Amino acid sequence: MSTKLVQKLDRVVIRFAGDSGDGMQLTGDRFTSETALLGNDLSTLPNFPAEIRAPQGTLPGVSSFQLHFADHDVLTPGDAPDVLVAMNPAALRANLADLPRGASIIVNTDEFSKRNLAKVGYGVSPLEDGSLEAWHVHPVAITSIAVEALASFTELTRKEKERAKNMFALGLLSWLYTRPTEGTESFLKSKFADRPEILEANLAALRAGYNYGETTEDFAVSYEVAPATMREGTYRNVTGNVALSLGLVAAAHRAGLPLFLGSYPITPASDILHTLAGLKRYGVATMQAEDEIAGVGAALGASFGGALGVTTTSGPGLALKAETIGLAVSLELPLVVCDIQRGGPSTGLPTKTEQADLLQALFGRNGESPVAVVAPSTPSDCFDIAVEAVRIATTYRTPVIVLSDGYLANGSEPWRLPRTAELPDIAVEFETEPNAVDAKGEPVFHPYLRDPETLARPWAVPGTPGLEHRVGGIEKADVTGNISYDPDNHDHMTRLRQAKIDGIADTIASLAVDDPTGDAEVLVLGWGSTYGPIAAGVRQARARGGRVAQAHLRHLNPFPANTGEVLRGFQRVIVPEMNLGQLSMLLRAKYLVDVESHTSVRGLPFQAGDLADVISAAVASVSHAPLKEAAK
Amino acid sequence: MTTDLPVDLGMPSGSGSVSVDSQGAATGTTGVPRLADGTALTKKDFTSDQEVRWCPGCGDYAILAAVQGFLPELGLKRENIVFVSGIGCSSRFPYYLDTYGMHSIHGRAPAIATGLAATREDLSVWVVTGDGDALSIGGNHLIHALRRNVNLKILLFNNEIYGLTKGQYSPTSHVGQVTKSSPLGSLDRPFNPVSLALGAEASFVARTMDSDRQHLTSVLRAAAEHRGSALVEIYQNCPIFNDGVFDVLKDRTEAAARILHLTASEEVAAGDTVVVRDDQGVMTVTPRGEADPARIVVHDPGADDPSAAFALSRLDSPDLGHVPMGIFRNVSRPTYDDSLREQIASARTGAVTDADIDALLAGRDTWTVGA
Repeated sequence: MSTKLVQKLDRVVIRFAGDSGDGMQLTGDRFTSETALLGNDLSTLPNFPAEIRAPQGTLPGVSSFQLHFADHDVLTPGDAPDVLVAMNPAALRANLADLPRGASIIVNTDEFSKRNLAKVGYGVSPLEDGSLEAWHVHPVAITSIAVEALASFTELTRKEKERAKNMFALGLLSWLYTRPTEGTESFLKSKFADRPEILEANLAALRAGYNYGETTEDFAVSYEVAPATMREGTYRNVTGNVALSLGLVAAAHRAGLPLFLGSYPITPASDILHTLAGLKRYGVATMQAEDEIAGVGAALGASFGGALGVTTTSGPGLALKAETIGLAVSLELPLVVCDIQRGGPSTGLPTKTEQADLLQALFGRNGESPVAVVAPSTPSDCFDIAVEAVRIATTYRTPVIVLSDGYLANGSEPWRLPRTAELPDIAVEFETEPNAVDAKGEPVFHPYLRDPETLARPWAVPGTPGLEHRVGGIEKADVTGNISYDPDNHDHMTRLRQAKIDGIADTIASLAVDDPTGDAEVLVLGWGSTYGPIAAGVRQARARGGRVAQAHLRHLNPFPANTGEVLRGFQRVIVPEMNLGQLSMLLRAKYLVDVESHTSVRGLPFQAGDLADVISAAVASVSHAPLKEAAK
Repeated sequence: MTTDLPVDLGMPSGSGSVSVDSQGAATGTTGVPRLADGTALTKKDFTSDQEVRWCPGCGDYAILAAVQGFLPELGLKRENIVFVSGIGCSSRFPYYLDTYGMHSIHGRAPAIATGLAATREDLSVWVVTGDGDALSIGGNHLIHALRRNVNLKILLFNNEIYGLTKGQYSPTSHVGQVTKSSPLGSLDRPFNPVSLALGAEASFVARTMDSDRQHLTSVLRAAAEHRGSALVEIYQNCPIFNDGVFDVLKDRTEAAARILHLTASEEVAAGDTVVVRDDQGVMTVTPRGEADPARIVVHDPGADDPSAAFALSRLDSPDLGHVPMGIFRNVSRPTYDDSLREQIASARTGAVTDADIDALLAGRDTWTVGA
């Protein structure tokens, strides 16, 4: 056992960075898993290039994974790392600017060759020129020590041995932060079950890294971060895309419908297709379509047949699906469209996050074609939002667009597991009998005779005798669903479709305001993935003595019924968004409230500290302003 | 709560026997509920109450009458038949049939029908489309539906013109055709729909004509029996924008000399000409008297290799000098929808329970925070 000093910390932010071929995402995932099992609260941010293998050792090829873990409630992956693991000069150069002075750098010295240094513009090695004096640098010959540790593996080539260097780094970090490695060991055993020599090499490298930490004098102290106080329950770590996939499966199960996914591969949504494709045992059908349009078309065809039709995509794909979503608006059939947003326009930034598809989701179709729009606020909320999307789609017979994004999709956090039996009851009943009589008193089926409460039309699926009917994209007569070009009917149907979507507001939760002092004059209102950074920013502003309220929208169309009332209750409303003010535009148009937009489109989530400064400035301005009553 | 496939409709499932061919293999309607023995539907049962609104003299009327007259022959429950169409004159078809139907959007019917067929084995799914809908805006969906071999019957009405948008050239209009959008003649080289379908790995490809009710019905019958995608090209006259384009094939004498009838195990011939194949596999039409008997093509729609079917499809000429008609290819291969259902069925271990979902949500790495 180690006799070294053990120091307790309340929180740590680590960033693993290396070449995109170095296995940094895997290393980060495993460290996260170890940390989750230890009971820390955590949040992660993978950041990788769009190129699968950018030229080795170059700045564009740097892939990183940031993890924030603590003994308390964590809201973001952390603004700045406390520790950077840099596997090569490019990783150091690309990440140094994010690193506060005094932070630690564990650097793989083996990669600091003249050639590698030159690739990223270092004339002299930064390890030798004193330019890193402001940081605690731990030079470790990670590659060569790992290779040395595998000397007995004579059947492996040097290249294969070098590939285990990420496991060495993981072992070292596991020691440094007192993480258990059993989970990683069993993970490796299952991953390399049919390649025993590779398995043994990885295990040996992992142990070598751990032992290196314990024995080397370079690391004098190891750290402990105690488990966080979390609500009673069973937890797992989950990414947004996995949570969304599981939410769709659970919701289809609760609805009593088979789940059909029609999807075309697109970053960062493809993991949902991958996840669901592996769940055939649960009756999930997935189809990799020929294009985005076919993906949503097949989903709509499945919905027509009584399945839960789902399609997944990102912004460019949502644009291609627009016409079919419009058809679903006209057919009034359930359809769930998941847009995992990324930087745009056009191809934009495929692997970076943004929330600039809000207006496209609401309005990106021809004609008046309202759809419901919802957005998850955290990775685990992707599960709940999927269930909510299915509830709205099946109850109101409407397309629902889910606006997740790259940050939620790939980021992860602990998720307190729900019980399936306690999820909302969203069981669907198909129409099985005629619902009207004709002039002669004979029973007939009117496909557009609506439920008076929800305004939803009956869902009568093929195979139901006596309910044969035709639907289509041409305007339909109210009630009968026959083709109609009558002007008054079109006006009536257009308003009915809008009223149906507006009516969803009756069944969604009110917008909740978090205002601990009860007298805040500033409200920070966000939507989607900005929840974590905004909440952390608000927390910091409050810690500085500011009185500030926070609210977060999960329903973007329709808004919760009390939204206008909430907005009018504050002197200033700040709306941070990763776009150029799309929610602000909607709020100003709908409620005539002078909300203030704070925006950033850097492809990265907001920094909590930056938001805290914006919020604190706003709070300071109102504390000198006249009281609300006086201003009126 | 449990969920199970196929979807439980809360009503009795099909009572009749399923349809299989003489070898016991699945046909196009295997799994679709049949009418009880001794009961039958009539053409009237398939006629909806909607007024048919095609132009007077449109070839679509004849096709509609043939389809309405043919459907009772299938012996299927009417509620288990679905017609899905795209956009165009032909795509109004579903409104006039008293089955389930969807008039969708331009070009997308094969994709929509694929989702429906993949999730509902108990439906007979038909796609109605035109040369613009299927070959231009929807070309991608058509070739992929054929490639996947989804159990769909695709009726492609080819009138070599855009009708609903009032007379622009289509992907099957001939080079030089003068239309509203090609006043100096079309520059586009047309698709041969049969060649295209064969190139897209179609397992069933046929050509027929609106005016030949008997031939049209026989092709529909074979298409319905085929398990997998069936592409049926139907030459159809547009009396307004491309009138008479197939007239030479409707004149008895001209037709006898021009139409190469494709009948299994019979020589491919028209009048006193026959089709011969050279050493490279290229086919040509030759006077019977000049043909080497050993080189005369005997039609085999079941040939695994599509080369002969493709060579036959190339005998078309813009002046309709020779036109092969009938079933070019009819081979059996696994369908996408059956294979998908098999994958799901073999992965399943019984009805999915709440406990199964709970276990799925938990995954492999969980930890518990105690009270």
